[in-house]
Amino acid sequence: MSVLHSMIDPLSPEFTSNAVAMAQKLAGLDGDYAKVLESGGEKAVARHRKRGKMLARERVEMLLDRDAPFLELSPLAAWGTAFHVGASVVTGIGVVEGVECMIVAHEPTVKGGTSNPYTTKKIFRALDIARENRLPVISLVESGGADLPTQSEIFIPGGKLFRDLTRLSAAGIPTIALVFGNSTAGRAYVPGMSDHVVMIKERSKVFLAGPPLVKMATGEISDDESLGGADMHARISGLAGYYAVDEMDALRIGRRIVARLNWVKTGAAPAPAQEPLLAEEDLMGVVPGDLKVPFDPREVIARVVDGSDFDEFKALYGTSLVTGWARIHGYPVGILANARGVLFSAESQKAAQFIQLANSANTPLLFLHNTTGYMVGKEYEQAGIIKHGSMMINAVSNSTVPHLSVLMGASFGASHYGMCGRAFDPRFLFAWPSARSSVMGAAQLAGVMSIVGRAAAAAAGREFDEAADATMRAAIEGQIEAESLPTFLSGKLYDDGIIDPRDTRTVLGLALSAIATTPIKGAEGFGVFRM
Amino acid sequence: MAPTTIHKVLVANRGEIARRVFHSCRERGIDTVAVYSTPDAGAPFVAEADTAVHLPGSSAAQTYLRGDLIIAAALRAGADAIHPGYGFLSENGGFARAVEEAGLLWIGPSPEAMDAMGSKIESKSLVAAGGVPVLTKLDPATVREAQLPVLIKASAGGGGRGMRIVRAVADLPAELATARAEAASAFGDDTVFCEPYLEAGHHVEVQLMADTYGTVWAVGERECSIQRRHQKVVEEAPSPLVERTPGMREKLFAAAVAAAKAVNYVGAGTVEFLADESGRFYFLEMNTRLQVEHPVTECTTGLDLVALQLDVAAGAALADCVPGGAERDGLAPAPHGAAIEVRLYAEDPAAEWAPQTGMVRAFDFDGLAAAFALPVRERGLRLDSAVEAGSAVSIHYDPMLAKVIAWAPTRTEAARLLSRALVRARIHGVRSNRDLLVNILRHSAFLAGETDTSFLATHGLDTLAAPVAGPQEERLAALAAALAGAALRRQQAAVLGGLPGGWRNLRSLPQRATLAGPAGDHEISYALTRAGLQAEGFAGVVVVHLDPAVVSLDVDGLVRTWTVAHHDTATGTVLEVDSDGGAVTFAEVVRFPDPSLAVPDGSLTAPMPGAVVVVHVAAGDLVTAGQPLLVLEAMKMLHTISASADGTVVELLVAVGATVNVGTVLAVVEDTNE
Repeated sequence: MSVLHSMIDPLSPEFTSNAVAMAQKLAGLDGDYAKVLESGGEKAVARHRKRGKMLARERVEMLLDRDAPFLELSPLAAWGTAFHVGASVVTGIGVVEGVECMIVAHEPTVKGGTSNPYTTKKIFRALDIARENRLPVISLVESGGADLPTQSEIFIPGGKLFRDLTRLSAAGIPTIALVFGNSTAGRAYVPGMSDHVVMIKERSKVFLAGPPLVKMATGEISDDESLGGADMHARISGLAGYYAVDEMDALRIGRRIVARLNWVKTGAAPAPAQEPLLAEEDLMGVVPGDLKVPFDPREVIARVVDGSDFDEFKALYGTSLVTGWARIHGYPVGILANARGVLFSAESQKAAQFIQLANSANTPLLFLHNTTGYMVGKEYEQAGIIKHGSMMINAVSNSTVPHLSVLMGASFGASHYGMCGRAFDPRFLFAWPSARSSVMGAAQLAGVMSIVGRAAAAAAGREFDEAADATMRAAIEGQIEAESLPTFLSGKLYDDGIIDPRDTRTVLGLALSAIATTPIKGAEGFGVFRM
Repeated sequence: MAPTTIHKVLVANRGEIARRVFHSCRERGIDTVAVYSTPDAGAPFVAEADTAVHLPGSSAAQTYLRGDLIIAAALRAGADAIHPGYGFLSENGGFARAVEEAGLLWIGPSPEAMDAMGSKIESKSLVAAGGVPVLTKLDPATVREAQLPVLIKASAGGGGRGMRIVRAVADLPAELATARAEAASAFGDDTVFCEPYLEAGHHVEVQLMADTYGTVWAVGERECSIQRRHQKVVEEAPSPLVERTPGMREKLFAAAVAAAKAVNYVGAGTVEFLADESGRFYFLEMNTRLQVEHPVTECTTGLDLVALQLDVAAGAALADCVPGGAERDGLAPAPHGAAIEVRLYAEDPAAEWAPQTGMVRAFDFDGLAAAFALPVRERGLRLDSAVEAGSAVSIHYDPMLAKVIAWAPTRTEAARLLSRALVRARIHGVRSNRDLLVNILRHSAFLAGETDTSFLATHGLDTLAAPVAGPQEERLAALAAALAGAALRRQQAAVLGGLPGGWRNLRSLPQRATLAGPAGDHEISYALTRAGLQAEGFAGVVVVHLDPAVVSLDVDGLVRTWTVAHHDTATGTVLEVDSDGGAVTFAEVVRFPDPSLAVPDGSLTAPMPGAVVVVHVAAGDLVTAGQPLLVLEAMKMLHTISASADGTVVELLVAVGATVNVGTVLAVVEDTNE
């Protein structure tokens, strides 16, 4: 046992003001979440209910095992765009009959459940997670197909959906489609490509072309039921494997299908877990309101890992990056956490070696981001900061143990990459409301732009317009700041969701359990890097 | 009678009385033999006996009433004596004679005394001749208006069968006919008689113990006025009426001893009297056996009445059976304190006392001082139970689960001890009259000693049979059950069991549980969040402790605890919630009913297990609402199944003779109004 001790005083003014700032940031998300939960708005919801139908989230809640946790993914997809925040689909990892599954549920009250570019991106992300972690996929389908005005952005890439579904099936990852309503045209291939298909009496409608289009194409007069009703597909076409009498029956059958998958997790079972010795609640006050003020990530680790028990690796070397071993909900992890923002050569080499050790121990890695970049300046360039940064980025790129990233504060510049940013395919990436991610800090970026402008003016012999520069700096700073915010990044699907810092342990536990569906195999051939 | 030695006793009975007799036998180093019917094969009394002999069959007539088989069993098992318990053959002089003729010792009075007291008509004349007051026997043929109300009684039996109250002369012929029919079927003898009926009398009885040397002890009196269907429910010693009536006890004891002496009585017996409010009393009958309610006398006197029966049967003198007995001058040890017994029945008082069947899943009383045994402390609880967890309560016999007895220095304290123990007892699996008993014990009239035979009618079943847990309490119990269910599911989770229950990063809906309780369905919506419990309609309720079996909640500043047991049954999960506020049983409403198991609209289902004895209609018949369709015999009672609406019988799924379970669809009536 190497128990971490806290230096934090929850009664100090710093802590209090940090906690207030974090609470404000969390509260700032409430409005966005409320919009997500509104679905298609009061009228559309009322109309939907009048037909005796459940909303997407109601279907999900009924499908899930009672009292089991559910991690909704990308809830703020399409934030800040013209599309409904949430991207008219619910995705997440939930437990059905004791099996962790990826749930994809269309929200039929938002534009008939049609898919816009963010919908497809969100579904693709969900299917990626399902494939990497071998999670059975349950699609709760009720979608009018593509949001036609946006077809140019989804028609061509959208085929990936069907390709992915059938590849999941080929990889032995079960796919289940419960068809609650329309699943027509392109959507008809979702049941078509799923292992198990449940259709609902007088509700499911699965055809390539509806009566109007059929009439246009061939002159044939037809109706919905004969073209694609549940009765027809269950008795005649054979597309439906199961016939449900109503929505609850479809959910019941869906649960029975999962129960009969005989699904066995093949990853290592977790050790008995122990709660951290320090309170999760304190995580509200760890991150300073101003990201320029560094904080000790051990304060976070102590409130996230089992028993606050953390064995640090190279504690005295490259101290701007904390590395070490711990367990979260019984699952072993190696943790890399930024301590003072900047990564120097020593930190980069320490990280590369630590990543290699985790691979030889088949241990997942957790990256806790608060980094402003690799160190710049003559001294550091000459000491080979690029070489050492590359070493770290190489190690993280070719590491094959699962990676988890949590953006706690800053995640700027190339060290976002070194700390396994989105482009480096971490299995999961979550952000705290206090996070910022961009190529560099907004003020620095605006300052750089200003210096470049001033130099250009000087070179051209022009007089530098200070007033215009100030306006430009403010504008750029504002834009970059806004675009580095977690809501913006979440909207673009650059993370898997913003989480309450106090939920970090729970979210990571869920992620690690999903990961443990398959055995972990580290990269071979790294050999020892003694750096 | 020459002293003899008993080595092995067969008890010709079942349930708690068999266990009670075994207990005293064991204490005396006497081996025990049980006889058991087929449904009783797994009963506790069978397991407790040193030897058990199977009597094939289910009905009492095939088993516990077969004296020949019982005597053969005793001979085969090497028993040297037979104890009859009570009920069954205990007052059958013929059986007693057969036992003696087989060379076995009969633990009870002489067959002649049994015969003399066995007939209610004869016994009355006998004791009246000895100066004991009796109610004037009336000739049914001559009953006049002024003599009403009268009670018709079967001469040959008790237990309420064959008993009718008549308040109008015009009703007499019909009631007589019914009483004769009941008496004939119950006792094989249709002789009945009438006597004046005291509307609000007191049932007071005297426990006697007599030896073969002519000593008769009046051990103490009991009052058993609170009765349902002429069966005792609450019994106590001493009698509140006797206590408050100066000089009554002496007269009562003298009358009882005189009655016993009139027939040279030996062993344990009870003389029953009906008394009015002023303390005037009349001989009713003498029971020539141990009584169900004997424990209250044991608890106030410290005498082991069963052991005394054994001693006396073996030829001992009463004075030698108790310490210092010789100096008592023929008197029994003086009673002290108060004891109250309640009979816990598997029955539903609110549904005309319908007997209940099922599997007893838990049967626990906290703080018991004794089981079948005598008090060793100044106050305490005794449990004489027929069942334990795992016992089946069948349709074949008396539905008594147990007797619970409390004794204490005062009656008030005994009542308090008993009601507290009953409220907190965990009785799971079968519905019982527990709440009725608690309501009686807590009733101000009961506590004041105002306990006449019309107690239940006077205070009303609406009040007395109401659940101890009122609607508010039931709702809290439902919340506790829902939360315990959540905790159980977390504990049993195959994955993610260590994570917070029902955790959501974006919460759209609460968790839901629907629990069907006595007051109706409870929809419990709850979320266990970082901020604590959020449950719709339970603002301010805080979870203090939560695990699958124990839930503590802070409700408006009061921290209370509920225990919850989860039972998976064929029809779903049953949650039994116990607390100081009263026990509540909930059936969890299944979230995903299998549509193939759904019963069609208009289905009439069996309300209890039983057999179809009459079918009045055929498929295709038009019926009107309320029209009887068929008759089910269950638990020795006939239940008529009637059409719930006007319509057509579209399906008739059973025929006469069919055995049905609860919920079996019997017929489907399509409502023609729809």
